[in-house]
Amino acid sequence: MITGEKIVQWIAGLVHWIYGVFHISNYANLLDIVVEAVVMFAFVAVFVMFLVWMERKVSAHMQSRIGPNRVGPLGLFQTLADAIKLTIKEDVKPVHRDKIPYFIAPIVAFVATFMGLVVIPFDQGVVVQDLNVGVLYVIAITGFTVIAILTAGWSSNNKYALLGGFRSAAQIVSYEVPLVLSLVPIIMITGKLSLNAIVLYQQQAGYWFVTIQFIAFIIFLTSATAEANRAPFDIPEAESELIGGFHTEYSGVKFAMFFLGEYIAMVVSASVATAVFLGGWLPLPFLHFLHLPGFVWYISKVLFVIYLIMAFRWTFPRLRVDQLMDFGWKVLIPISILNILGTGLAILINQGMK
Amino acid sequence: MTDLLLSQIRTGQESQFGTDEYVVNLGPQHPSTHGVLRLIVRLDGETVKQTTPVLGYLHRSIEKICENRTYPQCITYTDRVDYVSAMSVNLAFALAAEKLMGIEAPPRAQWLRMIMVELQRIASHLLWMGSFAGDLGALTPLLYGMRERERIIDLFEMTCGQRLTYNYIRIGGVMIDILPEFVSKCRAFLDYFEKCMEEYEELLTYNPIFLERTKGVAVIDPEKGINAGVTGPALRGSGVSCDVRKQQPYLYYEQIKFTEALGTDGDCWSRYRVRMDEMKESVSIVRQCLDRIEPGPIEAKTPPVLKAPAGSEIYYRIESSRGEMGIYLVGDGSAKPWKAKFRCASFNNIYLLDELTRGWKLADIMATLGSLDMIVPEVDR
Repeated sequence: MITGEKIVQWIAGLVHWIYGVFHISNYANLLDIVVEAVVMFAFVAVFVMFLVWMERKVSAHMQSRIGPNRVGPLGLFQTLADAIKLTIKEDVKPVHRDKIPYFIAPIVAFVATFMGLVVIPFDQGVVVQDLNVGVLYVIAITGFTVIAILTAGWSSNNKYALLGGFRSAAQIVSYEVPLVLSLVPIIMITGKLSLNAIVLYQQQAGYWFVTIQFIAFIIFLTSATAEANRAPFDIPEAESELIGGFHTEYSGVKFAMFFLGEYIAMVVSASVATAVFLGGWLPLPFLHFLHLPGFVWYISKVLFVIYLIMAFRWTFPRLRVDQLMDFGWKVLIPISILNILGTGLAILINQGMK
Repeated sequence: MTDLLLSQIRTGQESQFGTDEYVVNLGPQHPSTHGVLRLIVRLDGETVKQTTPVLGYLHRSIEKICENRTYPQCITYTDRVDYVSAMSVNLAFALAAEKLMGIEAPPRAQWLRMIMVELQRIASHLLWMGSFAGDLGALTPLLYGMRERERIIDLFEMTCGQRLTYNYIRIGGVMIDILPEFVSKCRAFLDYFEKCMEEYEELLTYNPIFLERTKGVAVIDPEKGINAGVTGPALRGSGVSCDVRKQQPYLYYEQIKFTEALGTDGDCWSRYRVRMDEMKESVSIVRQCLDRIEPGPIEAKTPPVLKAPAGSEIYYRIESSRGEMGIYLVGDGSAKPWKAKFRCASFNNIYLLDELTRGWKLADIMATLGSLDMIVPEVDR
């Protein structure tokens, strides 16, 4: 009979074997990493499936429709059915593609966003790797998606795809800046770059940063929406102009990778917003008595932020490419710089009073 | 090297890294061309240098087919000329043929025609509103528009059994009388629809992104518009009064109180505004018609075979949902028109497309094309 113990032993044996083959010295660490990666992947896969379902239900609600309701209870398994459809679908490839970049692009898009989850604190102490430069790491790693999109646009050898790729490059360069600048005031106040430490600071201070840094929160949310290529900033894929933009020529699993990447990017952005501005796993102040696990609070806050992003998508028209640049450089960046100056002044006055 | 490049850029010389124009083929299969219109767009980066519409992908030679059909049979084909606003084309052909043959439809039929055509105008503008917003990237208004359009189509289905190509307005009258409950259902819809209009205004009209995308974009100069034969809401957006219902009233439009919606700026937003106002006007027109309609015959007494006298010709125009819909017929004494020519608003309205989009961004082509409310079967016929 196969028991749980035997499976663990078997995995341990496997790891031991890998240890032997690659001469890895830190045995326990490797096992940790494997388990964490598997758990994380399972969590993300299920969560993204739920999010796709949620997106459909939210859009259906906003458009006075019903949404998926045939596959499984409340249509919950609709996404699963779609995922199966995408995986067993023929992988149509354009003949004149640039073969290697065309193959790599979706993988990069998926992996880059997925890696952002490494530093997200899901609960007190529940974090894959509590990097002391967490905030910086998330921004850097999610910025990788632009390379994937540009590569996809170029290698597809399709005019719409190339336009989409270039639009994406311009967009992410412009919106990375306000994204970072909106997080600077928080780093100035806490003096920490680790997301875990920022949440702990909020616990000690007794308030969430959304209360004193509301402008930064709005700027972060806007830039994060742009970062994840979501409407009203979805110009790289702009359905009504560029058909599918950079993923016009992708089908089957490769398309699913881009799709998954977009949703994971949304989860990462929402998680950072939750950790930095909404107090991470901390309970709502007036619901203290519930004693729910921190993970539940974290998930509900992330879902709230994602709901906001979804509501944007189904309400606003799309910005034009030059208006998008204008909005980034002429509105968001000056405001966030002013916000940094104001925060610095407030910190100085605070210190002077002490 | 850098200095050399910089100096070349400053003096505007062609460097070895010269730029090329980017030719993009929008269509014939494209989400925003509303059918099979093909646009060849020459781009400089994202900026449009030239837009060339290529027509004919939906050419079905409807006019020629009409020359081989009897007059009542032609009505069926007019449905297909503009499937979003089929009643209007039905009406245009029926009125032209009646004038040619000297038939006068009874009053009840005339009132019914007005009710149907105005309801059709609302339905057409609703679909336009949705697809226009969709072109700009907002997908929700489309579903809102569809929701209300559905109720209008239900009214049509209740009356004539069809949902898209009605074949309802016939030469000498209408196909069938309305059901007794039509009036109350129609009134209920109009009351409901007025509330919906407020919803659209909240969702779209003063949405900052919507304003940014449409204000000042693709301005039609009134004089150029008139010269190019632009008609309907597209020209009224520029402030030119060109409503056939006012200028050359047909049916009983003289007896009805309504104002002609006029824009001021001639940009995409003005055209949007004109169509939204037109929907409100149509609601009031339908209300007035429902008040004044009286029982009576719905069809004039006509000979069994409708024949136009030899040598007779007619050009009759009405205000369709998209603009001036004109029908030119020449009779030769037989039961079939010797010549049929449809003057469709869409064909002339996209005439200015190249001029309007030049210098704007790629995304503005969709906004412009959307705001002109073009429909491909009307362009290609």
